[in-house]
Amino acid sequence: MSKRAMIELKDIYKRFYIGTPNELQVLNGINLTIYEGEFVAIVGASGSGKSTLMNIIGALDRPTEGQYHLEGLDMTAAKDKDLSGIRNRKIGFVFQTYNLIARTNALKNVEMPMLYAGITGKKRVERAKELLTMVGMADRMKHLPEELSGGQKQRVAIARAMGNDPAIILADEPTGALDSATGRMVMDLFHKLHKEQGKTIVLITHSPELAEETERVVTIKDGSIIGERQGGDI
Amino acid sequence: MMFYENIRLALFSLKANKMRALLTMLGIIIGISSVIAIMTVGNSVTSTVTDSMNSMGVNNITVGLQQKEQEEETTQEGMSFGGGRSSSVTREEDYFTREMLENYCETYADSIAGISVSESLGQGRIQDGGLYANVSAMGTSLGYFLANDLELLAGRYFSQTEMDEGYRVAMVSDVVVNNMFDGDMDKAIGSIVQVNVGDKYYDFAVIGVYQYEQSAMMISLVSEKDTMTNLYIPLRTAMEINHSESYSQFTVITRDGVDSDAFADTTENFLSAYYRNNRNFEPSAFSMASMVEIMSDMMSTITTAIAVIAGIALLVGGIGVMNIMLVSITERTREIGTRKALGAPNSAIRLQFIIESIVICLIGDFIGIVLGVILGISAANFLGAAATPSPESILLSLGFSMGIGIFFGYYPANKAAQMDPIEALRYE
Repeated sequence: MSKRAMIELKDIYKRFYIGTPNELQVLNGINLTIYEGEFVAIVGASGSGKSTLMNIIGALDRPTEGQYHLEGLDMTAAKDKDLSGIRNRKIGFVFQTYNLIARTNALKNVEMPMLYAGITGKKRVERAKELLTMVGMADRMKHLPEELSGGQKQRVAIARAMGNDPAIILADEPTGALDSATGRMVMDLFHKLHKEQGKTIVLITHSPELAEETERVVTIKDGSIIGERQGGDI
Repeated sequence: MMFYENIRLALFSLKANKMRALLTMLGIIIGISSVIAIMTVGNSVTSTVTDSMNSMGVNNITVGLQQKEQEEETTQEGMSFGGGRSSSVTREEDYFTREMLENYCETYADSIAGISVSESLGQGRIQDGGLYANVSAMGTSLGYFLANDLELLAGRYFSQTEMDEGYRVAMVSDVVVNNMFDGDMDKAIGSIVQVNVGDKYYDFAVIGVYQYEQSAMMISLVSEKDTMTNLYIPLRTAMEINHSESYSQFTVITRDGVDSDAFADTTENFLSAYYRNNRNFEPSAFSMASMVEIMSDMMSTITTAIAVIAGIALLVGGIGVMNIMLVSITERTREIGTRKALGAPNSAIRLQFIIESIVICLIGDFIGIVLGVILGISAANFLGAAATPSPESILLSLGFSMGIGIFFGYYPANKAAQMDPIEALRYE
């Protein structure tokens, strides 16, 4: 393939409670490469290890064994201090429970990753407004999270994830807490980001229907990849 | 930028929990306001007392008599003679004589600018038909005017001859002139006033008018017309009227440049020679400077004691802040996890919560300063001292509360900074 590899996972193992009788192996040698501009779904039942895999991809956690390169950068060698910078600039998180900061309006929420990136003043506000307009929330910028519906919150969260123009968007069950109509709207937004901006998107879900919408579906069970196929395109 | 954002965030989180924030600040508020109040009162009282003592003159040495420390033997001897001469009441023969004072003045002429001695004649009234003025008649030495800084409005002080010969002359206050002479000082000078003290009448020729000054520490409850002012006559005159030959106490005014503390000791030693055979009394001399010192020592002791109590209040307040910060970070675990996922480094999280803790303390401090100043000023006014809030104490309290914020905020903030983002995001 001529495309550049965005995420390269090689023989990734993750074990918990190492050295105790409760030692638990959650990931069993995962090998996965995700290319630039791909829209990939990682599917698996709960307990399959997909959340652990997401944490590793999202630089929130480190593998016990194996190699992980993000945009060619060796993540297993990166220091803790560097990981926060990598999360800030290269990864955009979208959570199932939105995780907007309470008592802070939509605009300030979107500004937050840029704040940590050191983007100052006007530039940051302009960019945040642009992103909110893109997700269709231009008229609710000053609203607090508690004044927004679930779908609106998730759109703000997507705008926030885009703040520092990250290499990948990592969405963990983004429609899990939404009804099907609003869930549809959120999925459409991901498709839009993928098509119009060429974003690499990794969608973690337990729903095969949602996964079908993506370009590639990676199925994971008991810590191993058990299947990989091209999804249907819409 | 981060800094400003953090302050804004801290204010938001306080606004969301107003009652909790106020209760948390209470310790700080009580601590700071008591420090500020007590320092304001202390400052006010000290400066008022020092001012009035300074106006009396720091060069002054007050000489009086004190009881001798009785030795065991003497006491028993005294007892065996049935009490005898052992007495704590001063008598005429115990007092300083004119001879002692003259010898003393001659010996230390280089150091003494004047001696202030007074002999009270008693309180009475000048009367002339329907006109009257209340006075307290008092014989004084020339040094008295030196010691008490009187402002002469008209006429002159006593002449040496008048002093030595005991002339019936007097200096009256402007109050007397207002009451008796319609405020006309020229008319007053040279007039004869009849003073009624007890059941006796004395005539004095007015030679001078001085400015009456109301004492700063006393609130006058009487009208100007009834105000009692001093009527000064020569010391000799008063002593002759009273048939008195000695002085129970006097004030020495030292010349500039003389160490009044050391000179007080010299004075005591010199006069002690006359009292070697006196069983009951010995002279004692205090410089005004040493009294000022004793006074400020006392104030600083009180201030220290209050400061310790306030310190405990602040410590308790600080622990309260720490407690509420721990509650706050627990409540906001998910927020912390989210911030970390979005790329906040540990240092940014730590800073956020330390600033929040500082903001709590500074708001508490501000309320404490306002309360303390109000309290201090009212207390100072109540005590009749001119209120002087101390800017140092306000600056000190700012520094202190910021220190508390950092010290007690560091542990919770660090705990937040060290949180595992995965655990934090999963927290319900």
